[in-house]
Amino acid sequence: MHAPSALPSPPAVSVRNLTKRFGDFVAVDNVSFDVSQGEIFGFLGANGAGKTTTIRMLTGLLKPSSGEGTVGGWDVNREYEKIKTRIGYMSQRFSLYDDLKVRENLLFFGGIYGLSSQKIRERVKELDGSLNLLEMENRRTVSLPLGFKQRLALACAILHKPPILFLDEPTGGVDPIARRYFWDLISELAAGGTTVFVTTHYMDEAEYCHRLSIMDKGRIVEMDSPFAIKKKYGMTSIQDIFIQLVDR
Amino acid sequence: MGEPAIQITDLKKQYQGTIALSSVSFDIKPGEMFGLIGPDGAGKTSLIRILTSLLDPDDGQCRLLGISVNNEPEQVRKVIGYMPQRFSLYPDLTVGENLRFFADLFRVPRQERLKRTEALLQFSRLTPFVKRRAGQLSGGMKQKLALSCALIHTPKVLILDEPTTGVDPVSRREFWGILKTLKEGGVTLLVATPYMDEAEKCDRIALINKGNILAVGTAAEIIERFTGVVYALFGLNLPAIAGWFKKRLHPNQVQILGDRVHVSLFADTTETMDSLCREAENSGHSIRSVEAAEPGLEDTFISLIVEKN
Ligand SMILES: Nc1ncnc2c1ncn2[C@@H]1O[C@H](COP(=O)(O)OP(=O)(O)OP(=O)(O)O)[C@@H](O)[C@H]1O
Ligand SMILES: [Mg+2]
Repeated sequence: MHAPSALPSPPAVSVRNLTKRFGDFVAVDNVSFDVSQGEIFGFLGANGAGKTTTIRMLTGLLKPSSGEGTVGGWDVNREYEKIKTRIGYMSQRFSLYDDLKVRENLLFFGGIYGLSSQKIRERVKELDGSLNLLEMENRRTVSLPLGFKQRLALACAILHKPPILFLDEPTGGVDPIARRYFWDLISELAAGGTTVFVTTHYMDEAEYCHRLSIMDKGRIVEMDSPFAIKKKYGMTSIQDIFIQLVDR
Repeated sequence: MGEPAIQITDLKKQYQGTIALSSVSFDIKPGEMFGLIGPDGAGKTSLIRILTSLLDPDDGQCRLLGISVNNEPEQVRKVIGYMPQRFSLYPDLTVGENLRFFADLFRVPRQERLKRTEALLQFSRLTPFVKRRAGQLSGGMKQKLALSCALIHTPKVLILDEPTTGVDPVSRREFWGILKTLKEGGVTLLVATPYMDEAEKCDRIALINKGNILAVGTAAEIIERFTGVVYALFGLNLPAIAGWFKKRLHPNQVQILGDRVHVSLFADTTETMDSLCREAENSGHSIRSVEAAEPGLEDTFISLIVEKN
């Protein structure tokens, strides 16, 4: 452990015993964790483990059945309206407007967050190096390959420079080259102080995270840095560890 | 040997001036498991849509099991199974009802259906959820149910467009086990995938970029096309080391893999790993050791695509 050199900043996300039930099915079962500012928190887990459900509670879209949590200091049980405008969220099945051109989607989402057209254009140019948005600007969103749509959805989620970013499988269906650009951008955002809460099923991407949580059937079964987890299990591949933890 | 199961000859397709496929040709043998890889927008889905008779090519021919897709699309649809990238389930039907619906649609006999359903529920881990409505499943569970519906019958040729997007590593492994069983039963498979470890499981692979086939062969043959050198770096703070190399070189050339960082130097570079490491050390990074590493399919994929740009 390092001695704190300055006053520690409060966690960006803090969760205690968060639980979500659908009828008598427990989708998220008493999870607790903190995510620090500027941290890349890899939220891994099997299909149906409860990752998206957790993210929906943290982004103010779903009411927890029980438990507490704060995001950016706001209470997930009461101040969810504030949370919604303060964070960035890219959902697993994102909600782009298929009929709109790429440019129009960017203007629309930027507009929601109160950005002027001028500001939006500047941001799009800034992000172009990592996301190559300009080359597809005038295409209709419906005609884009899946990997391009993911790039656009990520752009829409970060136009307003949110301090906390929730990315639910941002690289699903994205090719290996574009995935490296995504992660480069994510690392850059985090280095600039953005907290990134991210899920993925690509285990090589786990290596880019500062800390990982591995979830199975509603519970967190492992949580630590990739380095510490690999050391604990005496394995070099997060994928093998994941399979061992989840395949029971 | 005989006739190829899938024969693609000089296929061309443009959309309003954008070239999706510029003269693509290759063959797939009967019973072969064939992988299609390439960056987003490379033309994979266009090619698949033409093969499944959903899209007309501007020019060129393709034949499936000797049947011309251009002339006899209905016949082709009878012998193929196809799973598009986004597949629609019936959200109001339960998991079990969806499977039953597709089994009936494909006229799968009862015995076969029961046997197949059990194997598919095993891979998808959906057994506890057979009574849940499809609309309430998680993203990956939906994808696995869609895959299961596509696999409930046994077509002679199975074409899958990025089937495992959103599927977790455990199910992904089991899914490829099912594909292997189908292959052993004589099914010809064409699978587009962004996962290099999946492509490596295929008998042969085609790498496509901007509508052109850059390479066709076994994974080993394609990897031989890599002309640079890949280095494995070991050291204390791998993310920091990787970060430094990404800035200094290009994000494309750097990847953390378990306990090491892989850095690839393409053939045309004047950089040497010795001097790069010295530079990194001077910037405060501690690199414990460096060794030459075997290039993988992903390294080759990237170098072939970067080379062409
Ligand atoms: N509205 C709902 N009603 C009933 N069950 C639900 C509902 N929403 C989600 N679930 C269930 O909650 C569980 C967790 O789903 P969730 O989407 O959080 O999983 P996930 O970890 O994001 O999985 P994936 O990796 O597949 O995206 C699943 O079993 C799912 O079927
Ligand atoms: Mg999810």
